[in-house]
Amino acid sequence: MKILSLNFLTCAVKACKSSSDSYPLHPKDAELVQDEIEVNAQLLVNLLPRLDWTALSTTATELGFPALPPQPPSAEDLQADDKTLRDLHNLLMETQIMEGKLVCGNCGHEYAVREGIANFLLPSHLV
Amino acid sequence: MQESQGQHMQPLQMQAQAQSPDQQISSSATGAATYPSAPGTGTDKMSTAASQQDAAGSSGPGPVPIPAPDVAESYEQQHVHSVYESIAPHFSATRHKPWPVVASFLSSLAPGSVGLDVGCGNGKYLAVNPAIHILGSDRSAQLVRIARDHGGERRADVAVADGLALPFRNGRADFAVCIAVLHHLSTKERRVGGVRALLDAVRDDGGKILVFVWALEQRSSRRGWDEGSDQDQLVPWVMKTNKTKPKPKSEVEGQGEGDGDGDTTYQRYYHLYKKGELEEDVVAAGGRVLDSGYDRDNWWVVGSRGEQASITS
Repeated sequence: MKILSLNFLTCAVKACKSSSDSYPLHPKDAELVQDEIEVNAQLLVNLLPRLDWTALSTTATELGFPALPPQPPSAEDLQADDKTLRDLHNLLMETQIMEGKLVCGNCGHEYAVREGIANFLLPSHLV
Repeated sequence: MQESQGQHMQPLQMQAQAQSPDQQISSSATGAATYPSAPGTGTDKMSTAASQQDAAGSSGPGPVPIPAPDVAESYEQQHVHSVYESIAPHFSATRHKPWPVVASFLSSLAPGSVGLDVGCGNGKYLAVNPAIHILGSDRSAQLVRIARDHGGERRADVAVADGLALPFRNGRADFAVCIAVLHHLSTKERRVGGVRALLDAVRDDGGKILVFVWALEQRSSRRGWDEGSDQDQLVPWVMKTNKTKPKPKSEVEGQGEGDGDGDTTYQRYYHLYKKGELEEDVVAAGGRVLDSGYDRDNWWVVGSRGEQASITS
């Protein structure tokens, strides 16, 4: 599960979707791996406006990454500054949660992640 | 790479291609999650579903009555989810080639687009366009595992999820594809709900969905259904034991029926869509039909959120 994907995921419980506490999901006991993936600058520039930067900052901090700047970089920043580009690439594309849990801050439900695959099926009492 | 993501969708080219009808049956199911072992739930409903089936004599292939709304989930558990868990490797081995309409849709998206493949099956669409990011999901954990490795070195991002309870933020995706999945939902309400879940996921300013379902009108196919045939059917999947080892029967709750040669037959539920029905369901779900067509035994629609579309959260 890439950190990029985590920026688009929330709790599967219907009632949680309207709560701001359900997003982003909070990693717990997360084991991370780094895949080596070639940097695609254009892809990252195009992804920027699609990201929820506040949620990404929360996730990065919770996973032990250095704090992100309060505002997202502009496309120009990314193209001009190789380090910013590489750091963002590393966080979004190369970092994977392999094991652990994703926890909803609203209902507290914990979704297991095993071998990089999160399981969002709900027990019947939460459907 | 064409960048035609805005309002305009370029006409999709149909390519006549020999493909057996069986290969049109694709991907896995959505459907509400019910843990089979969940304590104190569903037992009565399960037996209701079973007796309903027996009464209709419909546990074999052929037309089946629509399950009552309160047993639809358990019915799909038996006739869709359990089956895919059992046949996953065999099923996946028969499905490599992306359908051209789907491949064309994915290739037309702007670089950097982020979207979903709901009911991604073995993940054959996840690597079609390397310039976009797709989150695949499927109800079958076995198929999701196969899908994860589909992209080779570039590990695909996949999750186990229910198409009617998707874990995605509303209104954030550029696109959502759902290929050969909704026909496994056994009531109208659930099928419309499946479309609504896709519409909820995409952006209201230009987000698009692509849905494929099996058509009732397929006179020239091996199955031979056509206008006037029963729309709700159990369709057999025969798994040859000399190709893939089936799971022991006990693991599939009586689904598999061995024959003399050791082959195992599973019955999957399908709702066959009539002409115009998929468009109706998209509109009923609050969506707008942008384009639609028929491609080798399947109906498809490209849609977006309609004027009336309400974000459910």
